[in-house]
Amino acid sequence: MTGLSVVDLHAAHGRSPVLHGIDLTVPDGALACVLGPSGCGKSTLLRVLAGFHPAAAGQVLLHGRVLDDGRSRLAPEHRGIGLVPQDGALFPHLSVAANIGFGLPRSRRRARVGELLDLVGLPGLGERRPHQLSGGQQQRVALARALAPRPRLLLLDEPFAALDATLRAELRREVAATLRQSGTTAVLVTHDQDEALSFADTVAVLRDGRIAQAGTPHELYHRPTDAAVATVLGEANLIPAEAKGVEALTAFGPLPLVTPGATPTAALALLRPGQLRLTADPVDGAAPAKVIGSDFRGHDHRVELRPEAPGLPDVLIASSDRPWPVGSETYVSATGPVHLLPES
Amino acid sequence: MTTPAQTTSVGTTPVVGPRLRRRWRATGLLAPVAVAVVAVVASPLGFVIAQAAQAGWDQTRRLLGRPLIATLLWHTLSLAAAVTLATAVLGFGAAYLVERTTLPGRRAWTVALALPLAVPEFVRGYSWVSLFRSVHGYWGAVLVMTCSLYPLVFLPVAAALRHGDAAAEEVSRSLGRGRLATLWRVTLPLTRPALAGGVLLVSLYLLGEYGAFAMLRYTTFATAVFTQYKLGFDAASASLLTLVLVALALLLVALEAWAGRRTRVTRHGALARPAPPARLGGWTAPALLALAALVGVSLGVPLYALTYWLIKGSSTTLPSASVLGATLATLGYALGAALVATAAAVPVALYGWRHGTRPARAVERVAYLTRALPGIAVALSVVFFAVRWAQPLYQQPPMLILGYVLLFFPLALTAVRAALAQVPPGVEEAARSLGTRPLAVLGRITLPLVLPGLGAAVAMVGLTASTELTATLLLRPTGTQTLATQFWVYTSGLAYGAAAPYAALMVALSVPSVLLLTRRNLGRPGENQ
Repeated sequence: MTGLSVVDLHAAHGRSPVLHGIDLTVPDGALACVLGPSGCGKSTLLRVLAGFHPAAAGQVLLHGRVLDDGRSRLAPEHRGIGLVPQDGALFPHLSVAANIGFGLPRSRRRARVGELLDLVGLPGLGERRPHQLSGGQQQRVALARALAPRPRLLLLDEPFAALDATLRAELRREVAATLRQSGTTAVLVTHDQDEALSFADTVAVLRDGRIAQAGTPHELYHRPTDAAVATVLGEANLIPAEAKGVEALTAFGPLPLVTPGATPTAALALLRPGQLRLTADPVDGAAPAKVIGSDFRGHDHRVELRPEAPGLPDVLIASSDRPWPVGSETYVSATGPVHLLPES
Repeated sequence: MTTPAQTTSVGTTPVVGPRLRRRWRATGLLAPVAVAVVAVVASPLGFVIAQAAQAGWDQTRRLLGRPLIATLLWHTLSLAAAVTLATAVLGFGAAYLVERTTLPGRRAWTVALALPLAVPEFVRGYSWVSLFRSVHGYWGAVLVMTCSLYPLVFLPVAAALRHGDAAAEEVSRSLGRGRLATLWRVTLPLTRPALAGGVLLVSLYLLGEYGAFAMLRYTTFATAVFTQYKLGFDAASASLLTLVLVALALLLVALEAWAGRRTRVTRHGALARPAPPARLGGWTAPALLALAALVGVSLGVPLYALTYWLIKGSSTTLPSASVLGATLATLGYALGAALVATAAAVPVALYGWRHGTRPARAVERVAYLTRALPGIAVALSVVFFAVRWAQPLYQQPPMLILGYVLLFFPLALTAVRAALAQVPPGVEEAARSLGTRPLAVLGRITLPLVLPGLGAAVAMVGLTASTELTATLLLRPTGTQTLATQFWVYTSGLAYGAAAPYAALMVALSVPSVLLLTRRNLGRPGENQ
């Protein structure tokens, strides 16, 4: 069953259009993520869904019910859509329990608040004030507050952006688990590709007010439709290639194709850094390259290379288990399969 | 990236010695100066107590036990209750309409709603009394003071509504609460600190006001103190009443601190996003009408009265020479006081800004506390000081300057602090790390950065001082007339026409400071969309 569906949605700020025909479907109970750089219109999309920004044209439907069709729109308080803003926006004048119970009728408040404090792992903190909580705890309370009235859809606006890296990853996992447990349909908006890939069942890449591509995180990462989507989702090496049967001919030699068949003949092959291998001695299909930069990232090294062979871009990025001193000579080779993108 | 090895190899050990010592010396200079300034500014409180203590226990009991005290208390408190309630409702309502709805001409309305502050209370009293005989006593005082003081609530609440984040209100809407429920349960509590601060200012002004009440024939503590001192020459009785007045003011400050409590804002990162305005629809016309009525009563009536009396007065004799003399005297004293007050505020503000430490904050807080002292209390304490310890200064120009400085120091401090807040944190340290000495940093970095702010502080204090009446009446050198006192002489003799030019000049002088205040509260036009 369809939870949220957005059909050909247009929206504008004053006279400047921001969204140009968004189509987005989120199945019931799924976690979706809208990924895009700042200024791409993702916050506007979220605000249109929540009812704080009018749609210029198109339709927003939740469980088949029209929320906004560009002419009339349902007031935010009647939509049953929960909201977790970027920094939580807890009511500073209310205790944690009163924050969580804000959207509940008085009679049900007590029991449900306790239930939610347990759900977000903060039992016994109901009497605290928001300023007595850490950043992560505040976000958990904001989540509990939004979940309390059992919303039909939950919107999360970069809810982890203000937290430090470790806490962010931990809380993201936790929130995803909480949402799956409660069966809530949710849309998360972010500019962080790690967050999008690890959090969501479906990811939609938003670019200049349009959905560039939507699909599962795996699809988007390995089979992007164009070079821009490929780079938004992670570092990418794009190498001129020619499709021939089940193989792509590249400067690294022939590589197997992910999806053989309907691909353009002149194309770019997508090679993620993990698909490049560095060796000290030449191997079959390897190109000589000079190391121009190396960053240690704990689990591996990110190595920047300048290849010294024709048919390759100026800079390649590889990940390597061992450090390579800057300035050293190396040989770079590729392992397939590769995905082909149209040459832009 | 710095490794531990690199940090130690730079060798902090040899640097620590001189740097520590120099830093200590810089703090060592600033702190005593700041403390000394604040001690001087807070001294009136001590003088009032010292003078009252001279009355002796029996006299104190007899004076405080009089029914007069109960009457004065009732007059003052009942007026304060009505006016604070009225200003809170009008100020919040107007601010909400202007900041959060689709009201046409919102920017023009903001200025129009703030401008009544440019009409000094005693000039407003004059404009009503001179036009309508029936305006006097309690209700007259409520009307005049509400019209005068509601902008003190309007401005901070409008600023809070404009700069506040819409996220909390949107969350409330998404949780099923409608616009009105959200206004009551979220917006109002979030603006409570601004509202409490505004209401505090209103009630402090009410406690200290003399001119308007004298004109409206309404007695409060301030008018009683004035009468006791100026007409009865009863210093002990006057200072006892003053002490009660000061106690009331301090009680109000404590109340405000309590009302504005536990509203600490919990924000990190993300910039606040202003709320989209609510559609007024069919309510546009009534809202416009209500604001027009408010502005009409609070700004239109004084302007009409001034115009009326200016035209009527010119048919008699316009004392032009005396207007010029009074204007020059006013500006001279006001400018002198403004320069001294601003200069004195700089070390206090710097101390608080550089050192977020507990003593620094305490010093600043004491300085702000003096704003609770009614003008008449400050004036009387200056008189006592001069009579007892500085006889040659009595009724000399420095006495009036000192009175103004004590009165308006908090105003200067606020302005200087606001200017310092614009200085990016760390620039002083950056300059120091480049080898510049502390005083040179002040001269080359900090002062040039805050210079426009210091100008604003001077302007603010100077313009406010130029319309001061109560303290001026008590402290002015013999034979000197300022605009306010000359106006007072004429209106006391019911010469409304002759008083009009002085009133008009004072209003004109106040307009720039009101515009400055509006801009400081609400930011430059177009700055915060």
